[in-house]
Amino acid sequence: MTVLKKQVRIALRNCGVIDPEQIEDAIACDAYFALGKCLTTYSPDEVISEIKTSGLRGRGGGGFPTGLKWEITKNVESDQKYVVCNADEGDPGAFMDRSILEGDPHSVLEAMAICGYCIGANTGLIYIRAEYPLAIQRLKIAIKQAEEYGLLGDDILGSGFDFKIEMRYGAGAFVCGEETALIHSMEGLRGEPTVKPPFPSVSGYLGKPTNVNNVETFANIPVIINKGAKWFSRIGTEKSKGTKVFALAGKINNVGLIEVPMGTTLREVVYEIGGGIVNGKKFKSVQTGGPSGGCLTKDFLDTPIDYDNLVAAGSMMGSGGMIVMDEDDCMVSIAKFYLEFTLEESCGKCNPCRIGNKRLHEILTKITEGNGTVEDIERLKELSDVIKDTSLCGLGQSSPNPVLSTIANFEDEYMAHVKEGKCPAGQCKSLLRYDIVEDLCTGCTLCFRNCPVGAITGERRLPHFIDQSLCIKCGVCFEKCKFDAITLT
Amino acid sequence: MDTINLTIDNKTIEVKKGTSILDAAAEVGIEIPTLCHMKLHDLNIENKPGGCRICVVEVEGRRNLAPACCTDAHDGMEISTHSLRVVNARRTVMELILSDHPFECLICAKSGNCDLQDMAHQLGIREVHYKGEQSHYRADTSPAIIREIDKCIMCRRCETMCNDVQTVGVLSAINRGFNSVVSPAFEMNLDHSECTYCGQCVAVCPTGALTEVDETGKVIRALADPTKTVVVQTAPAVRAALGEEFGLEPGTLVTGKLVAALRRLGFNHVFDTDFAADLTIMEEGTELLNRLNRFLSGDKDVKLPILTSCCPAWVKFFEHQFPDMKDIPSTARSPMQMFGAIAKTYFAEKLAVKREDLVVVSIMPCVAKKYERGRDEFKVNGNPDVDHVITTRELAALIKLSNIDFNALPNEEFDNPLGESSGAGVIFGTTGGVIEAAVRTAYEIQTKKELPRLDFDELRGMEGIREATIDFDGLPIKIGIAHGLGNARKLLEDIQAGKSEFHAIEIMSCPGGCIGGGGQPYHHGDASILKKRQMAIYREDSNKAIRKSHENPYIINLYKEFLGEPMSEKAHHLLHTQYFDRTEKVKI
Amino acid sequence: MTKIKSFDELRKIKAKIIKTSGEANSPNSLIKIKVGMATCGIASGAGEIMQVLVEECERQAIDVTIKQTGCLGYCYAEPMVEVQIPGAEPVVFGYVDKNRALEIIGKFILQRKPIEGVIPVSFKTINELN
Ligand SMILES: Cc1cc2nc3c(=O)[nH]c(=O)nc-3n(C[C@H](O)[C@H](O)[C@H](O)COP(=O)(O)O)c2cc1C
Ligand code: SF4
Ligand code: SF4
Ligand code: SF4
Ligand code: SF4
Ligand code: SF4
Ligand code: SF4
Ligand code: FES
Repeated sequence: MTVLKKQVRIALRNCGVIDPEQIEDAIACDAYFALGKCLTTYSPDEVISEIKTSGLRGRGGGGFPTGLKWEITKNVESDQKYVVCNADEGDPGAFMDRSILEGDPHSVLEAMAICGYCIGANTGLIYIRAEYPLAIQRLKIAIKQAEEYGLLGDDILGSGFDFKIEMRYGAGAFVCGEETALIHSMEGLRGEPTVKPPFPSVSGYLGKPTNVNNVETFANIPVIINKGAKWFSRIGTEKSKGTKVFALAGKINNVGLIEVPMGTTLREVVYEIGGGIVNGKKFKSVQTGGPSGGCLTKDFLDTPIDYDNLVAAGSMMGSGGMIVMDEDDCMVSIAKFYLEFTLEESCGKCNPCRIGNKRLHEILTKITEGNGTVEDIERLKELSDVIKDTSLCGLGQSSPNPVLSTIANFEDEYMAHVKEGKCPAGQCKSLLRYDIVEDLCTGCTLCFRNCPVGAITGERRLPHFIDQSLCIKCGVCFEKCKFDAITLT
Repeated sequence: MDTINLTIDNKTIEVKKGTSILDAAAEVGIEIPTLCHMKLHDLNIENKPGGCRICVVEVEGRRNLAPACCTDAHDGMEISTHSLRVVNARRTVMELILSDHPFECLICAKSGNCDLQDMAHQLGIREVHYKGEQSHYRADTSPAIIREIDKCIMCRRCETMCNDVQTVGVLSAINRGFNSVVSPAFEMNLDHSECTYCGQCVAVCPTGALTEVDETGKVIRALADPTKTVVVQTAPAVRAALGEEFGLEPGTLVTGKLVAALRRLGFNHVFDTDFAADLTIMEEGTELLNRLNRFLSGDKDVKLPILTSCCPAWVKFFEHQFPDMKDIPSTARSPMQMFGAIAKTYFAEKLAVKREDLVVVSIMPCVAKKYERGRDEFKVNGNPDVDHVITTRELAALIKLSNIDFNALPNEEFDNPLGESSGAGVIFGTTGGVIEAAVRTAYEIQTKKELPRLDFDELRGMEGIREATIDFDGLPIKIGIAHGLGNARKLLEDIQAGKSEFHAIEIMSCPGGCIGGGGQPYHHGDASILKKRQMAIYREDSNKAIRKSHENPYIINLYKEFLGEPMSEKAHHLLHTQYFDRTEKVKI
Repeated sequence: MTKIKSFDELRKIKAKIIKTSGEANSPNSLIKIKVGMATCGIASGAGEIMQVLVEECERQAIDVTIKQTGCLGYCYAEPMVEVQIPGAEPVVFGYVDKNRALEIIGKFILQRKPIEGVIPVSFKTINELN
């Protein structure tokens, strides 16, 4: 079987190749060669310049140019600096970073050391959620083995450069992935964001300049050094270089972890890599950017994936969640689902996010329960705009995106809910209606006997009726009836 | 100095680099509304979590709105503070806050003094378009403070006071999302925590979420009871602040009107805690000199420095945090408790009433005093030396509900024998005052000479920690002063580490001392009010004929008739106390 | 383990490791089996498959190296086993249950016969890109 190789594995290059618990395996695949190269032949400025030329941008969501961040952190004077690896990965369903750490921990350790060399830091901290026991275990083993080989610790490869890496554990709060919240959490404070500036590069962990990068961002670094910035920057689009790892999920055949060059279209991802929609159903939408991204329609399927195109389309790159939806998904419920997540995960520090998202959720609930009005849709838009405009951190600033993008792209579905009292996807239970067609009902009493709430009345051998005020839309009668006498509208 | 230029609402201004947009706007007379932000100038206290988002402004070229309180102005910025976008955002945020707030203004302790109410009014909110679930938490009542955190707006001011300023660390944000709120850990009751009842959280809370326990009802009932003789004492800081509740300029002294008002309220005897402050100086000063002289004569076991003990929040603080040092503070009771003990013995005997029929009410700037009066050491057969404590604010409420036109009252004098005081007693109300009063007396007793001067400017001021050396006729006495428990902690840690060289240290829990107490009229973040109250206190002192405690004739008489001499056995029994290790008491 | 004291030494160690484990495609090295043992693999039973493979190879006295590895990305088809027969391209098998694991050894390795469940490799490695 020949397959078009749409994927390119850079960040995942060693995942599935090496035994992550054997440093020798990693060394056989050039682990620590980039560090060796930097320490022996490049000055920190040269390394930074190489990273800048490569065009690498942060994979944690923001897309900030990595080389520039290193340069800023390097240029702040301080007796002590830190390199922090953000392995909080709180997006629901995302596991890109976990996979990298489980499959190739050394790539991240090596990159952190390179970063330390560049910015002038001797300590690296990995902030990882405690719910990742395997990744934690493999990281610990990797750190230990690297220390034994002298690839971490004092005087690495005889260069005089010292670098140690410690682990910090998070309680698994999504907002702790936000870099200022992450730093506060590491400091033993409540994991809540603070206003930026100051950025961590200037004042971070314990008030010291701190370079925070995402796991996947780090995993790209050694390849850039080994293969060269030019090699790297040939992959991708004009403003987004390299590849991106996505956790492909939802109504798609090949659920899994993929890495594609920037510029790959959503269609290629969904149909060629993902193998199309499950059970041959119709594609409806693809959601990128995690809980704060947007839902795109089929009109966007030919959009080449990169930071800017996704934003222009009304979504975002995010950290790599990608969820495919089919015709059975109700977009109002989808928006509600994401909001439920942000609602739980908001730190509660600022009013628009703490209370605003709650109110958005309540309005969406009202709509899915069939009590919404056209004004509610307007209200959703107005409130969403204010929440985005006034929230303190990225969580609140982006939390209404699923609402806004589903209204923008699927307004007809919202309208069907509020105007006709119908859920086109048939997902909103309260909007379903079960009826017994008199002509078809034989009066077999099967539905009557199975209805859990006694909503069905009728005499044996005579047509039965459903009392709509009692019906809880469980669908049991619909399934049980042998004469197709029950309709669902 | 680096300066930058920017325009705010089309006005061009030049400000220092590092100025916030909020402060920059204020320089050109543009007031940007704020809710969570609080800056107490001079005291170095600032709360700016950037959480309420009421202060947002539009910055040209920026994607979203910027919080003015915690965004620095930059060169070339163009800012609109009241554009349609800004006003709409502000009003929407306010509506959101109100949508999660009980509509209880009519019966709220904070009504009329509530920053949230004011802001809703200022933003012209007539309708709340967002309706939905409201947060509900358990109300919590302690001996001094009530927490109704359904009314909490998460401004975090109390947290700043309790953690950063007081270093008690009882209050912090808990839970996540819509359920987050400021509370003791695990939502435990304040009563079970290490709370000192300093009341600084109450003093800054913009809403009715934190208030003092209201005892006015009990006072009214006592006054109405014909079988009771009700005496009242009023603390020094009250007279320097009560006027604010009646529209008078901060810093107006209302001693005479205060006495008149208390009389009209029906108190049988209107006395002064300042009298008891003079008594405190006699006891504490003597104790200081005893320890000092033992030390000078080579006694190695003597504990120095001696620490003042008149602030109950401070007492509770060291009982929880530094129990190993509980033998260092003076054993002298606070003036309020000395007054109660004397009133229910000496004065009750004079009147020939049983102590159960004598009701002692205290008017205090303080909420911790509500807790202090309930401590078991200060009861005789279950009957407390002080029956009720009401704050300056509660007194104002009592005066208002009694239809007394405060500003039209004549000036009247305190009753005797517990109403006369020296200037030394008055300055107990401000940071530095207790130790200055002690110096005035201790100097003269120790040196047997008359003080060449009475104003010790080196002990005065608003610096959080101050130190001075006073020359006791050749003997240099080193004095430390701390106000705010965080500052006190620093001095205590020095003592623990054996690094302290002080002979005596004065500690008051509240920034500014009792003039800034948790029961005073709300300062709404304007720290200049505290300074004005402080000035008033020193003015009252300098107006007094007698300015040294040991010269107060009624004090002299009290020792002659009743107590014998300072530190006598009777004095010990009535005027001194002991401290407890409270580290085990904290339970969830 | 002795510390590596220079970049040169690191290069030498790499060369040595490659030599002892055998060049990937050289016909005289051992058959290599890798089992995807990331969280997703383990959750779908990769641990058990690993054990089956080890025991079966021991039972039949087949000289192979079996090791764990990270996520190959085909999470829909876990557990996953990759077999590399010297001189040939590696082959990835998905949906490996106990029977298929035995088949991999009995049929694919010992008899070199094709079996079901091959997952087409859909990505390029960094070395395929220039
Ligand atoms: C609510 C929120 C959650 C975030 N979660 C993560 C996360 O789980 N992992 C991550 O790397 N970055 C996360 N970020 C982004 C970080 O704040 C930060 O930008 C990133 O770690 C920087 O690394 P990069 O430049 O390599 O992307 C989050 C941001 C926000 C606002
Ligand atoms: S936007 Fe949400 S998560 Fe961010 S600070 Fe505000 S409340 Fe916390
Ligand atoms: S849908 Fe369920 S509740 Fe409604 S009538 Fe049928 S069986 Fe009864
Ligand atoms: S806290 Fe303020 S707004 Fe709330 S009920 Fe009390 S007075 Fe009204
Ligand atoms: S009274 Fe003082 S110690 Fe107690 S919670 Fe308030 S600020 Fe903290
Ligand atoms: S209790 Fe009062 S001061 Fe504390 S956060 Fe709530 S509203 Fe603010
Ligand atoms: S300083 Fe005064 S007002 Fe404050 S707690 Fe102490 S005694 Fe009370
Ligand atoms: S006053 Fe600025 S955010 Fe609250």
